[in-house]
Amino acid sequence: MAAASAAGPAAATRRQPGAHRPRVNLIPTLILAVGALYCVAPVLWILIASTKTNDELFSTPPFEPAFHGGFVTNLRALFAYDHGIFGRWALNSVIYAVGGAALSTVVCGCAGYALGKYRFPGSVWLFRVIVAAVLLPQIMLAIPQFLLLAKFGLTNNYAAVILPQLVSPFAIYLCKIYAEASVSDDIIEAARVDGGSEARIFLSIGARLMSPALVTVFLLQFIGIWNNFLLPFVMLNRDQLFPLTEGLYGLLIITGGQAAQYSIVIAGVLVSIVPLAVLFLSLQRYWRVDLLSGGVKA
Amino acid sequence: MSAIGDRAAISPAPQTRAASAGTRPVPDGPAPVARARRRHRRSLLPLFLLTPAVVLLLLFTVAPGVYAIYLSFLKVKVGGGLLGDENPTAVFAGLQNYRAAFADAEFWHSILRMLTVAVIGVPATIFFSTLFALCLDAKRARLVGFARLAIFLPYAVPGVVASLLWGFIYLPSTSPIGGASFNYFGSHEVFFSVANVAVWGVLGFNMVVIYTSLRSLPRDLFEAAELDGAGELQIALRIKLPLLTPTVTLVTVFSLIGALQLFNEPATLKPIANAISSTWVPLLRVYTDAFVNNDIYKGAATSFLLIVMTVTATVVANTILRRISRRSER
Repeated sequence: MAAASAAGPAAATRRQPGAHRPRVNLIPTLILAVGALYCVAPVLWILIASTKTNDELFSTPPFEPAFHGGFVTNLRALFAYDHGIFGRWALNSVIYAVGGAALSTVVCGCAGYALGKYRFPGSVWLFRVIVAAVLLPQIMLAIPQFLLLAKFGLTNNYAAVILPQLVSPFAIYLCKIYAEASVSDDIIEAARVDGGSEARIFLSIGARLMSPALVTVFLLQFIGIWNNFLLPFVMLNRDQLFPLTEGLYGLLIITGGQAAQYSIVIAGVLVSIVPLAVLFLSLQRYWRVDLLSGGVKA
Repeated sequence: MSAIGDRAAISPAPQTRAASAGTRPVPDGPAPVARARRRHRRSLLPLFLLTPAVVLLLLFTVAPGVYAIYLSFLKVKVGGGLLGDENPTAVFAGLQNYRAAFADAEFWHSILRMLTVAVIGVPATIFFSTLFALCLDAKRARLVGFARLAIFLPYAVPGVVASLLWGFIYLPSTSPIGGASFNYFGSHEVFFSVANVAVWGVLGFNMVVIYTSLRSLPRDLFEAAELDGAGELQIALRIKLPLLTPTVTLVTVFSLIGALQLFNEPATLKPIANAISSTWVPLLRVYTDAFVNNDIYKGAATSFLLIVMTVTATVVANTILRRISRRSER
């Protein structure tokens, strides 16, 4: 309030020359409102739909929540389904995504630093190969990956889902460019003169300076793995190992014919959206999206 | 050359923290002799750091690729054991699997359907993400903070879950948007329905990428144009948009790569939409070949073919878009 009144006179004088102008730029605001509605309304609807029992789902107006305990009933039914398999799926998703993204960040960060800060025979050539690999459609590799692992009987375990997703050529590229730009040769030289070993320099200086890129890689890989459907879909056939996406899909297949089960799937959809959405929106400021486009110019 | 090389070349140069801390030419230090000596010291660290990545790349990218190519030249020997046996005998088939794929009209139809979804989805994604980014950047626009978060929200929703979500919205019995009277899974409508799910999921991410690039453009340029009497719309169309071309190009190439790998949305909608067959898009077909029909050899051939086609398409698209981008910069 104090700030507003202090700004009062200044604002008043400033307003005078442009007094004929509208204060809110209406067209972009309207466009943004429509865009926001388009993006949020489906999630809002699923929230409303999850409050309804199966009968209410088909009989009540779509955007009117029900308050007859349907929400709790649906959630209970979801978590009780098949001896609580849904909880297991959620846990699996977290294991795949957090474990995979963390390992991937380490692998790609190390490789990026090595390529960015060292010259050795073959380093340029290796970087070219990695850059070319960015073009490979990763999702399409899932079936060849399955065929190879199946040959050695290595499918149907956590590693079969995590290991193929650890190397992301794009992440290595990003780390290499970032290491080149942010870890200056002067600092490394100074540390060397001070007697620091190469490994120490990497761990205590390189890795720290690269942290914005590493956080970005972690989040990118986290989403990539969390969203990956085809790879676990082909690698796993024990539902104890399924991530949420596979599990929900299976639930829909099983209940596909019977509308009586829709409310469970709807509750499952809601539960899989909310935690991740909250996590994401709260982490948004740590994203360095500029690293993905313009920033990689650095 | 490579997409990445091009990407760096076509990107604008925003003043990021990375750029300001950028590599400077090494000045003459106080101890050039010591440095020279140390530089010659070979460290094994880079090899050690690269080993995991290289090994994983060999094991999970190169080896599966080579193995898939090998499999694609094989076929199950007729009469040689039932499918699903421990050791079904495989014999050399030459190009038979490839010939079969090329001759199969359904293979081309699946590609055509995928392209149809891409033709609807990619331009819509690019148009709306650019539009929203420009609106976020517009002067005196309200709702900016809220809209940014709201439009980004679907990115946190996995493709499968988004497809389930929209599936219920399309489904006649549960639809809040008139699915009872309008068939969202009709033979023509289904392309738009699938494209819509994909667009919904990636719009926000692309918008943030474009918006970030927009914020890094020199502001004084816009102010100068405003002083010269240019309106908000003119500034957006004549100044901001051309400067954004490199970023929009990049986003387009990424969207295209994504669109060519279409799988999650049709696979998830398939159980509730009759219009989506088990060979609706190429990847779904590969899956059906390899897992439903148990013909891994045919699946491997189609897989390899698709990878080659996708990489070719990406390179071509990248080259064309780069040329356009260069022309507009001139």
